[in-house]
Amino acid sequence: MSPAAAIRDAAIAAAVAFGLFAMLVGLRTEIGPQSNLILRQRWAAVAILCAIVFLGRLLITWWLGRRALRPTTAAGPWTARLQQAGRLFAPAMLALALLLPVLPGVGRYELDVGILVLTYVMLGWGLNIVVGLAGLLDLGYVAFYAIGAYSYAIFAQYFGLSFWICLPIAGILAAFWGVLLGFPVLRLRGDYLAIVTLAFGEIIRVVLLNWTELTGGPNGISGIPRPTFFGLPFNASGDPDSFAGFFGLEPSPSHRVIFLYYLIFALALLTNWVTLRLRRQPLGRAWEALREDEIACRALGINITTTKLTAFALGAMFGGFAGAFFATRQAFISPESFTFIESAIILAIVVLGGLGSQVGVAVAALVMIGGFEVFRGLDEWRMLVFGGAMVVIMVLRPRGLVGTRTPSIALGKRRAISGDLVGEGHG
Amino acid sequence: MAYALQQLINGISLGMIYGLIAVGYTMVYGIIGMINFAHGDIFMIGAFVSLITVLLLQAGGLMAGPAAILLVLLVSMAITALYGWSVERVAYRPLRGSFRLAPLISAIGISIVLQNYVQVSQGARPKPMETLIPGGIEVMRDGAFVVQFSYSQMLIIALTLGVLAVFTVLVTRTPLGRAMRACEQDRKMASLLGIDTDRTISLTFVIGAALAAVAGTMYLLRYGVIDFYIGFLAGVKAFTAAVLGGIGSLPGAVLGGLLIGLIETFWSAYFSVQYKDVAAFSILAITLIFLPTGLLGRQEVEKV
Repeated sequence: MSPAAAIRDAAIAAAVAFGLFAMLVGLRTEIGPQSNLILRQRWAAVAILCAIVFLGRLLITWWLGRRALRPTTAAGPWTARLQQAGRLFAPAMLALALLLPVLPGVGRYELDVGILVLTYVMLGWGLNIVVGLAGLLDLGYVAFYAIGAYSYAIFAQYFGLSFWICLPIAGILAAFWGVLLGFPVLRLRGDYLAIVTLAFGEIIRVVLLNWTELTGGPNGISGIPRPTFFGLPFNASGDPDSFAGFFGLEPSPSHRVIFLYYLIFALALLTNWVTLRLRRQPLGRAWEALREDEIACRALGINITTTKLTAFALGAMFGGFAGAFFATRQAFISPESFTFIESAIILAIVVLGGLGSQVGVAVAALVMIGGFEVFRGLDEWRMLVFGGAMVVIMVLRPRGLVGTRTPSIALGKRRAISGDLVGEGHG
Repeated sequence: MAYALQQLINGISLGMIYGLIAVGYTMVYGIIGMINFAHGDIFMIGAFVSLITVLLLQAGGLMAGPAAILLVLLVSMAITALYGWSVERVAYRPLRGSFRLAPLISAIGISIVLQNYVQVSQGARPKPMETLIPGGIEVMRDGAFVVQFSYSQMLIIALTLGVLAVFTVLVTRTPLGRAMRACEQDRKMASLLGIDTDRTISLTFVIGAALAAVAGTMYLLRYGVIDFYIGFLAGVKAFTAAVLGGIGSLPGAVLGGLLIGLIETFWSAYFSVQYKDVAAFSILAITLIFLPTGLLGRQEVEKV
């Protein structure tokens, strides 16, 4: 593009930006002195935004002009390099995660962020079973997270059961609901499935919000028992019955945080291990076959019903585990934590990571959730940046960060396949 | 009886708003097969642009009579259509031909962006507006209970029917409508026959956004309070309506919208307000179990 054309193009973009921003940014509605709405003018902000769009458009044109655009179906050089580094990358990340609590300079805050990231890694891996492996688009995954959290909270509150007994119960209950959701939607495909799962998530949230006797309604449940180290509570008393006293350590509040960190780390690894093992078994292969082509799957005699239901149940179970962990970590839960946006974030992590890729999901969770924490200072701008990042990553790398698939089974040499070559069923 | 009649009037006017938004969902789905998650937020933008236009006109002392409302509607449609166009251009067009989840995630991202953009630029507090169209007519009286058919409800119903009539003519009688239907049936073939598919898809987004703007203006006139979050629930309900009616089917979207509006209103009136969303979603799930392609949806032919 010639410089004149580029400038004209950028001017058009700036004109469009003016149309977009003139009213909604330039005129701010505020509640005036007589409690009526008044408008405050902010034309400087509009001018700045238009200038940004003008320059941005110019830069993009210049950058695209330098880079010859060739459509290709092969895995890009970026992916190939990542693939090579990937062999070292995953163990390195694992080691880093394992050693995080003992690294110098890692305090309470860093560990809390680590716990948060690992929770999302686990949720991402759980949803990956449903979306990434079985190819069933689930927009209501947060419902299972909520069911796990509320099961733990209710069982611990009303029956005084310990975390280690509640954890399997939470998983089983979530899996049960997964099957319950799975049954009616067996016949639905693609986007119909998506909307029903979304509706399911909303139903669960509305019920939690309104069933005040059991769930506390919008006030939630507080004072949920904290986890114990196999019966030894974490407290500052130094009794022989507490964690610090039993092991003869100086009582410190960081013990519980470190324990929680390793707990979620172990739970996440469990999810990963189960997924990796299942992928080699007939069930896992059936999931992947279902994702690629449901009709061929049926023709080959794979039982679609059990395949779909196990995917829903297992995905839900890990969501339930994560929920129970969330409840014990926060000691307080309310329906606020289980809105649709959570489902969207988890799904975004799975898709941004590259569907079906375990490492990709972990990296995506680190980038999205860790990045979200880094920008904490931005306050209300933070979600804006978060949403924008989702769009930008998707536009630049529609196949996700790890855009290749390594076949679970292969004849001869196992090679990575570019995601662009993989057909996607509408299961 | 009188109570039920009142609920019927309320339900139909609410359903018309859902129907208008649902048409936008169903059109986009029909043409490019994606759930435009940001459509609910486009509706919210439409409501905000109307509010600001009303305030501007009031400041100039011009907010009087039907002409002013028409002007508000047109401004809102124009600006919201520009939003629809820009969103498609920035976030969806680069992903055309990519695999099906990529535009969905991009749409969820845009939805987050639009919500927070309005929150940052206009503030998080709900915006109450004084009623522009007060009053109504008394339809019937049953003891102390008076069935009101307010002028704003009349306007919603009349305007929606008018807009849908224009829209139907546009889709069935004009070259653009023919191009849109061709793209819906087979995009590749349509482009081989000389239809500019990118332009057609852009225009689909523009029309969908304009219809959402009408819905946003109606919402503002009827309920008088808006905030940056109204788009989410309205969007989910409208999408539910589109799926209920059979996604891809335009009469289905309006029918679904009416049904969802009526279910919600009657459920709130006779059972409990808290569970009205549960009722709407449950009806959707039950319908889809027995009619997996919705009420008026076409049975999809599976090709192997």
